[in-house]
Amino acid sequence: MTRPTDTHTDTHTGTHTGTQADLDCKGLLCPLPVYRAGQAMAKLAAGDVLRVECTDPGSLADFPAFARQRGYTLLSAETHGDVQIFYLRKEGDR
Amino acid sequence: MTAERPRRLALVASKGTLDGAYPPLILAATAASLGWEVGIFFTFYGLDILHRKKHRRLKVPPLGNPAMPVPLPNLLGVLPGMTAAATAMMRRWIKDAGLPDVATFLDMARESGVRLYACSTTMGVMGIEAGDLVDGATIAGAAAFLDFAAEADVSMFV
Repeated sequence: MTRPTDTHTDTHTGTHTGTQADLDCKGLLCPLPVYRAGQAMAKLAAGDVLRVECTDPGSLADFPAFARQRGYTLLSAETHGDVQIFYLRKEGDR
Repeated sequence: MTAERPRRLALVASKGTLDGAYPPLILAATAASLGWEVGIFFTFYGLDILHRKKHRRLKVPPLGNPAMPVPLPNLLGVLPGMTAAATAMMRRWIKDAGLPDVATFLDMARESGVRLYACSTTMGVMGIEAGDLVDGATIAGAAAFLDFAAEADVSMFV
């Protein structure tokens, strides 16, 4: 589930982004990673960042689509072995 | 997304098998997560997905389904117990994959504001009463669904 962490300086943009929440979707298949990310983003404020870890290979295609449809900014998509890590930022008007 | 109104998905769910229930429910949950409006029209056997009791015991038949990886001639699917065995197998796959059951997907749909239309004609044909439907279902005819679907960006019959 979502776990808010301390205010930090985002390493991807170098800008102050408010809080970061973490979401563990490892072991979950579509539609659960996007569904849970949607629930987690709804609880965040503008400027906040959600970090999501996934193992469903479809997530690599799904998270850019999720961000585009929702108007979130996909700050980065990284692959570490079988795990994909996405950083999504909620923008001011979403 | 630049449109003034949200995007909209209109689905017709016509199948009442266990494997047939998942595609519309997965598409609906995903579209709602993308911020879309979603409506599903459950008609004929698809209405079993909205049936309070039947949605918990949907089945998948091996007979006439060569994709089912059962190491037996397909014709043997006609034997008693084969549908139950195939259904148990698929339920285990679904559970092992960590995919929620149909009841949980219906909860997700309701929580996401997905409109669940129960085809009133099917209810009449199959003898299904309003009290047989899961909470949150709306009894509607084709006109009401088409009125919703007319503004849809994506429409599918599944």
